[in-house]
Amino acid sequence: MTNDHTILHLFRTEYRKIVSVLCRRFGFAQMEIAEDIASETFLTATQVWGVKGIPPNPMAWLYNVAKNKAKNHLQRNTVFEEKVVVEIKNTTTDFYETDIDLSPQNVIDSQLQMMFAVCHPLIPSEAQIGLSLRILCGFGIEEIADAFLSNKETINKRLFRAKEKIREGGINVEMPAEAEIDERLIPLLTTIYLLFNEGYYSVSQNQTLRKDLCLEAMRLCTMLVENKATNKPQVNALLALMCFHASRFEARQDKNGEIILYDDQDASLWNTDLISKGGYFLNCAANGDSVSKYHLEAGIAYWHTQKADTTEKWENILQLYNRLLQMEYSPIAALNRTYALAKANGKQAAIIEAEKLNLTGNHFYFALLGELHTGINPAKAKQSFKDARALAKTDADKQAMQKKIDALSAMDI
Amino acid sequence: MDEYLILMRLDLITKEAQPSPEQLESYMKMYHDWVGGIAAQNKFVGGTGLATEGKVIKFGPVITDGPFVEIKESLAGFITIRATDLEDATNIAKQCPILGGEGNSVEVRKIQGH
Repeated sequence: MTNDHTILHLFRTEYRKIVSVLCRRFGFAQMEIAEDIASETFLTATQVWGVKGIPPNPMAWLYNVAKNKAKNHLQRNTVFEEKVVVEIKNTTTDFYETDIDLSPQNVIDSQLQMMFAVCHPLIPSEAQIGLSLRILCGFGIEEIADAFLSNKETINKRLFRAKEKIREGGINVEMPAEAEIDERLIPLLTTIYLLFNEGYYSVSQNQTLRKDLCLEAMRLCTMLVENKATNKPQVNALLALMCFHASRFEARQDKNGEIILYDDQDASLWNTDLISKGGYFLNCAANGDSVSKYHLEAGIAYWHTQKADTTEKWENILQLYNRLLQMEYSPIAALNRTYALAKANGKQAAIIEAEKLNLTGNHFYFALLGELHTGINPAKAKQSFKDARALAKTDADKQAMQKKIDALSAMDI
Repeated sequence: MDEYLILMRLDLITKEAQPSPEQLESYMKMYHDWVGGIAAQNKFVGGTGLATEGKVIKFGPVITDGPFVEIKESLAGFITIRATDLEDATNIAKQCPILGGEGNSVEVRKIQGH
């Protein structure tokens, strides 16, 4: 049991490092070989450790085995020699030095380069996320399928197509030139944020997996912050944003795994350590004169860590949403902005604005209308919640709307 | 959906028409809420306020410090929006909070080629 746990944990943390280093050494197009060697290394570990027990330094053991397997591969594979070595000769100076470099610095560098390679603009975004989970986070195919509410075949196909793109596009495992970093960070940060949201808002029932997704996204972002070339304001802003959101992990779910809405959360369960970390990174994000959407979202998230319902809080949130929407429209931001408007400027003003939104296919739109009409026009409030219930996709959402309807009905009597 | 330009003109010279700092703050909030409302409908395309500093260049060329040379109303800002037709665009423009000030005006123009 302990063996399995150790191996599982090491798989999660070390698999990606081994793959990254090998990919960098063999070339991105040979990703499957790198993955095979890494997987074989863990298979060997399972077999040997099962008999002999876990070695004193399991990481070093794994690296050693991976190195040997890679060396053997380099020496014996004739196809590889003929087709690929020619290329390696031209691209890497240390070709004759068959040693595989698993030094801490190279492990970090390789992972950073892998992040940029996986999030290359040539690779479709859904494949970027799948590849990131597989290569950068060490998730199993089954876990990825679970996270996306999909099946293994679909995920495998998606990953296969992504790898084809990598070969076709001749994408290298390397850091972008300094002048290109901002541009290349855009899809990379998008993928990291999607990973986080996949965990934070996913409908998957697997709580541990969902939390892992969020933590992995934060880990990847932390790696970017720790590297000088990528320690940019927008990266810090994204990390701040994720810290603020993650601070509510424990408060946003009850014992049965049901989501507890923000207003009903026990603020004493909010993680103050993560909130202050978020504050620190938001401060770092203020270095420079550019404002990214992550800055605005982090600002909004910051104000949500302040539980007190002050005018200042909602006025700030409203103005941040005003700017965010000008930068990038999304229905959910439009709805949240209207909620903030109600808090800052009053419900009447918000109802007028809400009716202009044209989101009548969205259950959250009617849930918002219901909230806005509550206390002003009970009949309209009830009808809005009924419309929301009809459009809601999950049972939990339908029940939440039913509760609102029941509460309003109770007031009728 | 077509794109429309909304030009906002303010009286920047008449002393009595100039807002106090507190008024200015409240006008800015109204302005930001108005633009935010347009963006929340996914109808915001771009645009911004303008600095009061500028130059006017005329035939000759004659260059003068501008933008407020001969007329009372000066261009103060512009935004481009998406709207179904001129009427829709006009309705949006009508809500522009600068219209609360006497002598101010807003002009709506369809952008050609869309």
